[in-house]
Amino acid sequence: MDIQHVNVKLMVQNPEDADLEPLIPVFHRWIQDQECEELLLDVADYRHVPAGPGVVLIGHEANYSVDNADNRLGVRYNRKALLDGNLQDRLEQAVRAAIGACQRLEDDSTLNGSIRFNRREMEMFINDRLLAPNSNRTREALEPEIRALCQRLFGGAEYFLGHGESDPRKLFSVSISTEKAFKPNELLENLLV
Amino acid sequence: MKASNAFWAEQLAGQIPEGLAREIEIFETELRLRRQGKIEERVFAETRLRRGAYGQRYDSGQRHDGKKVQKLLYPSGSLTKGPNTLWDAPGMQRIKIPGGGLNARQLETLAELAEEYSDGIAHVTTRQDVQLHYVHIDDTPSLMRRLAAAEITTREACGNSVRNVTACPFAGVCQDETFDVTPYSRALSKFLLGHPDCQNFGRKFKPSFSGCSEHACGLANMHDLGLVAVERTVDGVKKRGFQMYVGGGLGTVPYQAKLFDSFVPVEELLPLAQAIARVFAQYGEKKNRNRARIKFLVNDLGIEKFRELVLEERKNLPPDPRWTEYVQTAEGFREEPLSAGGTIPAGDSEDFRQWIRTNIRPQRQEGYATVTVALPLGDITAQQLRDLADIVRKYTNETVRTAVEQNFVIRWVSCADLSEIYRDLKAAGLSTAGAGTIVDVTTCPGTDTCKLGISSSRGLAAELRKRLAEQSFNLDAAVENLHIKVSGCFNSCGQHHVADLGFYGVSRKMAGYAVPHFQVVLGGEWEHNAGSYGLPMMAIPSKNIPEVVTRLTNRYLAARKKGESFRDFIKRIGKAEVKNLLEDLTRPPAEQSDRGFFRDWNDPREYSLGDMGVGECAGEVVSSVDFGLAAAERQVFEAQLALEAGDYHRAWQMGYQSMLQAAKSLVAAELPGISDDPEQIVQEFRTRFYETQKFFDPFAGGKFAHYLFAAHRNVEAPRHPEKARFLIEEAQLFIEASHSCYYRMGTPVTV
Repeated sequence: MDIQHVNVKLMVQNPEDADLEPLIPVFHRWIQDQECEELLLDVADYRHVPAGPGVVLIGHEANYSVDNADNRLGVRYNRKALLDGNLQDRLEQAVRAAIGACQRLEDDSTLNGSIRFNRREMEMFINDRLLAPNSNRTREALEPEIRALCQRLFGGAEYFLGHGESDPRKLFSVSISTEKAFKPNELLENLLV
Repeated sequence: MKASNAFWAEQLAGQIPEGLAREIEIFETELRLRRQGKIEERVFAETRLRRGAYGQRYDSGQRHDGKKVQKLLYPSGSLTKGPNTLWDAPGMQRIKIPGGGLNARQLETLAELAEEYSDGIAHVTTRQDVQLHYVHIDDTPSLMRRLAAAEITTREACGNSVRNVTACPFAGVCQDETFDVTPYSRALSKFLLGHPDCQNFGRKFKPSFSGCSEHACGLANMHDLGLVAVERTVDGVKKRGFQMYVGGGLGTVPYQAKLFDSFVPVEELLPLAQAIARVFAQYGEKKNRNRARIKFLVNDLGIEKFRELVLEERKNLPPDPRWTEYVQTAEGFREEPLSAGGTIPAGDSEDFRQWIRTNIRPQRQEGYATVTVALPLGDITAQQLRDLADIVRKYTNETVRTAVEQNFVIRWVSCADLSEIYRDLKAAGLSTAGAGTIVDVTTCPGTDTCKLGISSSRGLAAELRKRLAEQSFNLDAAVENLHIKVSGCFNSCGQHHVADLGFYGVSRKMAGYAVPHFQVVLGGEWEHNAGSYGLPMMAIPSKNIPEVVTRLTNRYLAARKKGESFRDFIKRIGKAEVKNLLEDLTRPPAEQSDRGFFRDWNDPREYSLGDMGVGECAGEVVSSVDFGLAAAERQVFEAQLALEAGDYHRAWQMGYQSMLQAAKSLVAAELPGISDDPEQIVQEFRTRFYETQKFFDPFAGGKFAHYLFAAHRNVEAPRHPEKARFLIEEAQLFIEASHSCYYRMGTPVTV
């Protein structure tokens, strides 16, 4: 399977307190400064939609968003363009990009810390139903790769891999959680090892 | 862009109707050839448009980021998919939904596509289509295949073709309809799709069906071809037919459709539509896009001559068995309930009762009701589409339609199931009350994604929706039943002309800054199939529009006569009083440091660059052009007052004078001391602004200048009310274009 289009979502702490409006100028600033590796294009505001994509920073190769799908608020990286390398490289790239975005949001003084990774939970999706249907077969094929990544990401600390919803209409997804709390920079450092 | 693009054709082999599969293959080949430079960009543009693949804002490869114009350096470089439209720039995919009819599988397909190719949102349009935004052109063949496998086509969703055939979403279940128009809308849609007689239009052609003449649902009067169900007794036998209207349309200057025939029997529907298509293709304007809609042809020829040409064409049409076959097959259409009917429950919460009051409509079939799913700004998430699919499977035989008010209508819900369906809709975030009320604001995409957008219609609509929803429990019924519709520009995709309170985006310079504004359009009629159009009143800064709504609705509540509609109220108090009421809102805040006023809704960027440096006299600098344009606005307002007073001659004259004034203001910037001689003004304007293309709108070209030239040619003012109204609309647009031109004159960069 040539798996591409990895999505990673880092859950936000105290989502009930998060205000997404200040994100709009932040994302516009990211475009002004082209802060990410991807070509950043525009900001789409979907705050009016319940359990929706929230505020989306549209890019050419990927979108960044603070997304409230399934009523779970998180910082999401949605890879759209194809990537070279093997699956491990692609998973790592998406995780890095999501963590990097989260770190930037945490550090942004205009947000007053309202968007902050909860340190323990993330989700991973594959946004391509044909190549990665939401099935046991996909899970069996991907799980070793995801576990290998988690091993490095959490520096050998214990983690739990949960499988997303069984509804075959949904994207293939896994939830990843840890007992230990990890700051974004710790996770990035772990990936360097 | 998608890794799976190479595999969908094989995956869906046998699931796509052969003709459609072949068409998508051809499109895929054309894509390849365009990439190799073997198809001209203009030809490819029309090709993709006819398949519903539109361009989107910033697809020229540059975007104003609030500080500077950024070049967007896409991987495919300068490769284009149309003139000035870069290959990699995200685009919009429009998906045709004839009559708005969908089933559960189709909802699920739309959910998949929204998630995989777009940004997770599907957008329901004011013509019952569904749109996906931020789609890469390379993904469109896969997207189209997946739709085709679910029996949906994007063919002729855009371009100079027959667009989605719309129909009342309550057809078949409405209490007041003459008969169910669904079968006939389906037959016409199928017949005209890809028909050879519909391939050579100068512009698009939009048909619509309505089951009655009282309600708005079909909006027959504002369509190129509007069909209203009627019955006639012939030799003691009741026969079905249609009142057929032609030449309606909103656009920049709205035209009411003309009655072509008061009774077209159903068996004549398809051949007569074909004959109209032939006449439009043969006689319609081709070179000047701005006069190429059928409304101009009908207006220029007159309805009698147009009718004569069509009937002559009809006589000469070779018989086509599909005329009767399609109609007869379609007449077999039936919808059945899934469960036994019941009674509407009283409800145990105020939220539920409110929802029942605004979103539930008893069907003519006893024990059943329609449930309107009100979508904020027409948006629905992929997950909500799946939830909706589950809901329509659980409670109905998958009977759901999109509506022109950008909602879904679930049909054939047993009243006994209303409590349960409410619970399920609530869990899906789809139980918002207020469908069809003032809270349910309609809007086009505007500056969010549309290339033509001037002001943020969605931003304004979201703000109005939020504020009105907060008051929804306390709104007086007279206000609750009003309609608000917002367009991002003068092109009317938000249907602002037929709203009680309509708004369309314009811009103005204030205190040295460009400021987003909306023209306030009052007095339109949504009912009676878009029975009459409102007229622009005045331009108000975008951030003051919520206050406009508050003042107008408060005034209406305080001063209306018993049973008086908003439209009649506005007519009674007159434009002068409306102007007095709103005049102070046209001015910028005293405190110039309130930067939010100079920005658009939910967009922190400065609305424009170029000439916006804050000088020490920023608050006082008013140029002679500003004064001249303000005078033109006054004149066009006086023209409206004259129209209101029934003095059509003066209305026309004042409209013409207002254009002359605006033109003179621009000319004076280059030729101080220009005289008041109309001949000299028009001549100088032509030389300095038209021939140099300085006056040209980036998208509409020289269209607005022609309004002045035409009025100047016909300087003997007609006394006809419709002609005076057209002229005033044109004058308003000419003045808007003058503002834009003046803005560009002082702005080195184009945003």
